[in-house]
Amino acid sequence: MVTNVSSFGRSGLYDWIIQRLTAVVLASYTFFLLGIFILNPDLDYEQWHGIFSSFGMRFYTLLAMLSVCAHAWVGMWTISTDYLTDDMLGSKAVAVRFVFQVVCALVFLAYLVWAIQILWGIS
Amino acid sequence: MLVSIYRYNPETDEKPVMQDVNVDLPQGKDLMVLDVLELMKQQDTSISYRRSCREGVCGSDGMNMNGTNGLACITPVSSIVKPGKKLILRPLPGLPVIRDLVVDMTIFYKQFEKVKPYLINDEPATAIERLQSPEEREKLDGLYECILCACCSTNCPSFWWNPEKFIGPAGLLQAYRFLADSRDTATVERLSALEDPFSVFRCRGIMNCVAVCPKGLNPTRAIGHIKSMLIQQAT
Ligand code: SF4
Repeated sequence: MVTNVSSFGRSGLYDWIIQRLTAVVLASYTFFLLGIFILNPDLDYEQWHGIFSSFGMRFYTLLAMLSVCAHAWVGMWTISTDYLTDDMLGSKAVAVRFVFQVVCALVFLAYLVWAIQILWGIS
Repeated sequence: MLVSIYRYNPETDEKPVMQDVNVDLPQGKDLMVLDVLELMKQQDTSISYRRSCREGVCGSDGMNMNGTNGLACITPVSSIVKPGKKLILRPLPGLPVIRDLVVDMTIFYKQFEKVKPYLINDEPATAIERLQSPEEREKLDGLYECILCACCSTNCPSFWWNPEKFIGPAGLLQAYRFLADSRDTATVERLSALEDPFSVFRCRGIMNCVAVCPKGLNPTRAIGHIKSMLIQQAT
């Protein structure tokens, strides 16, 4: 077995399951939003505000945001371990991969905090 | 016919070159690529490649012909080269070249070895063979026929990127061959050894393996079965 500490679920199986589950959440959220737009062709700020004032919508949006981050992390981690390898970059590979992964993690974390601020900042 | 062949002799050449060779083919016959190579070798004995059975059974002459991996001995020239075009021969991609079309398959065999490609059974030995029902035996069809030619694994981008960590289609087909065997009792251990992010899960379903397998096998399907077994074991 090939061990690796920086994969998300610490196992290929859990990474794989997480990526599928989050994909389902994201697909359902996309269709849900599309549905709102289709059912309310002339959506105005008041209605939009009303939709996002409910706890359910905030929760669903946060779930979608968490899914984006988890999904993207598994994906970016995979990309970094496919292309930023010793074979491709020689001895610099570990450093480059580490920096890349840290930057990704920071970006996702920032998105998450920002999303929470926006969602729970609605008055 | 014009043949462009990859030439590299590490003892004398600094780097590999593609050499154009004109080969006279007998009229009215559709030769196999291996026959063309044999004709070329009559002109230039230094051309190196592996071959043995010349009928698609030994798996020695896997190579890249006009961009696609296959066995030279069972690939008719007409199936890969349009009339008037060049036949382009290269070694299997992704493996170190020893000379011309001969590659070093060590890493391929290492991945094969990792899946413990032999029956493990901790029950007391039986007086006769361990019996299987016809249905149990049927599960091994499409798995046991692999000749380890390496056409699939060396056509797989995931194997190119992580040849040390991703087992590759050929090894995984054999992993499933023993997972599916009713006489094997090491299923749990075999599965646990495959759960990491690389061994199986680097497969992204590109399906090059299915497209090139000269025996018509389907490693992608076997990998799907392994994933289902892993999920079943974990839940
Ligand atoms: S699965 Fe097919 S292509 Fe792959 S090694 Fe076996 S016979 Fe060759």
